[in-house]
Amino acid sequence: MLVAAVVAFPLYWMVLSAFKPAGEIQSAAPRPWTLAPSLDSFRRVLEQQEFGRYFLNSLTVACAVVLASAVIAFLAATAVTRFRFRFRTTLLVMFLIAQMVPVEALTIPLFFLMRDLGQLNTLGSLVLPHIAFSLPFAIWMLRGFVKAVPEALEEQAMIDGASRTRFLWQILFPLVLPGLVATSVFSFISTWNDFLFAKSFLISDTSQSTLPMALLVFFKPDENDWGGIMAGSTVMTVPVLVFFVLVQRRLVSGLGGAVKD
Amino acid sequence: MAPTTTAPGSAVRQAGETDPAHPPAPAPRRAARRGGSAWTPWLYLLPALAVLGGLLVYPIYQLGLISFLEYTQAQVSGGEPTSFRGLANYTTLFADPQFRQVLLATVLFAAACVVTTLVVGCALAVLLTRVRALPRLALMLAALGAWATPAVTGSTVWVFLFDPDHGPVNRVLGLGDFSWTYGRYSAFALVLAEVVWCSFPFVMVTVYAGIRAVPAEVLEAAALDGASQWRIWRSVTAPVLRPILVVVTIQSVIWDFKVFTQIYVMTGGGGIAGQNLVLNVYAYQKAFASSQYSLGAAIGVVMLLILLAVTLLHLRLLRRQGEEL
Repeated sequence: MLVAAVVAFPLYWMVLSAFKPAGEIQSAAPRPWTLAPSLDSFRRVLEQQEFGRYFLNSLTVACAVVLASAVIAFLAATAVTRFRFRFRTTLLVMFLIAQMVPVEALTIPLFFLMRDLGQLNTLGSLVLPHIAFSLPFAIWMLRGFVKAVPEALEEQAMIDGASRTRFLWQILFPLVLPGLVATSVFSFISTWNDFLFAKSFLISDTSQSTLPMALLVFFKPDENDWGGIMAGSTVMTVPVLVFFVLVQRRLVSGLGGAVKD
Repeated sequence: MAPTTTAPGSAVRQAGETDPAHPPAPAPRRAARRGGSAWTPWLYLLPALAVLGGLLVYPIYQLGLISFLEYTQAQVSGGEPTSFRGLANYTTLFADPQFRQVLLATVLFAAACVVTTLVVGCALAVLLTRVRALPRLALMLAALGAWATPAVTGSTVWVFLFDPDHGPVNRVLGLGDFSWTYGRYSAFALVLAEVVWCSFPFVMVTVYAGIRAVPAEVLEAAALDGASQWRIWRSVTAPVLRPILVVVTIQSVIWDFKVFTQIYVMTGGGGIAGQNLVLNVYAYQKAFASSQYSLGAAIGVVMLLILLAVTLLHLRLLRRQGEEL
């Protein structure tokens, strides 16, 4: 219980500070509670910084990445688990290696690529790389789920006259859905968290900014607006938190499945 | 329980003699026999390969290329032609004492993060198996919370917690207005704490799932046969956990080696006079702050090579465990 309290404390402090009135935040003797909760910090954040728009930007990018990589990874995972073909093992090894590529190291070439594609300062410059980076892990993880669907089911479907496409989307896809949820959590989080690409690719157009960037506006050389930072952090964290708790069962079983496999 | 590793240097095990707990699935039939064309798998793979080729393989190639060129603002804007410099960028880099120091700091910092994360994660996983349902749920939820917290917000919150003027930690510890981000080691320690906080849950949950995967009957049988707790751990639990530990270790190495956000946010872009730089932030500063793209690319290549070495090690370990691809 004590350990849990320690682990949860930073989050508690974040939410608490977001609700504290300015005077209490400035206080030299911070108290672990507040008697006068106020929405001032939230109001400041939402009004000054167009947080709503940044939030929407972040959400758009994350959802686009999740949807695209889920579909692409599902197809690829099906290909490598349910077919035997030349270079299959090579491909699998390549996916594993691709997982380990330090994506941060690719910021420079991607910057030039996005510039050549005319994607700088657009959300597309965040969506495209993140799809690529979440794919190898998603394929690797989905493999176990696709494998777990019995072969007999496929034969049965064929005998019943289902086409391959129909089997793929109407039978296999729903069965693999729990696995897709688990992998989607990872691609969602990594995209939602992205800071480096946003910082590097969205250089001049602040209307395209995402939440992590927007948060830094409250860091000032002289005096940080801690109330604003904490309110912004709360806005950025809580949706993910809720999402996480909602899917945690599937996530844990998904992890178990991937590790056991 | 069959041993999960074989003697070093022994041949890779064939599918079929793998871990008896997971009998190999019957080999998928040939596509031809199912009426599909031989191209079907490639059709399914096409989108994935296109995306990965365009946004992963090609940039890696470009990264390597730029690292051999003279590539600064002048070349980027087209003012000067790009010229091939061979290994000159690498020579410059390794002759630079700051780079060597950053490289060393990155490796040591990542190692410290990995070790602490693993120790905390494993200890809490064991703790989870020992406590009752309610504390277990509380710890699980708290860990999920830490896990779900974006790196940027985690960083801001931790900086705030340790803020010399308004943070509670100095107050409780009676440190007065001691500034954590001022000193090199205290700043690294602060970032380490944040990194461990947000990455131990993965280790904890995974290892906990691994411990739970050991069937209770096996443990009971071992206890009935008079095996000591230590003996049970060594002969039953540890072999099950070993592959899981390998996976979480490798994952942690990969994550912690390329920490960017935490360092950037918590130490204001690399600490006072760059004392808290790690390779990633260093490359970013070189490329985007001072427009030395080729040097930044060369740093990227160094990182890529180090992680590639870790990956190959991982692959070897997987192979040795008889993983069927």
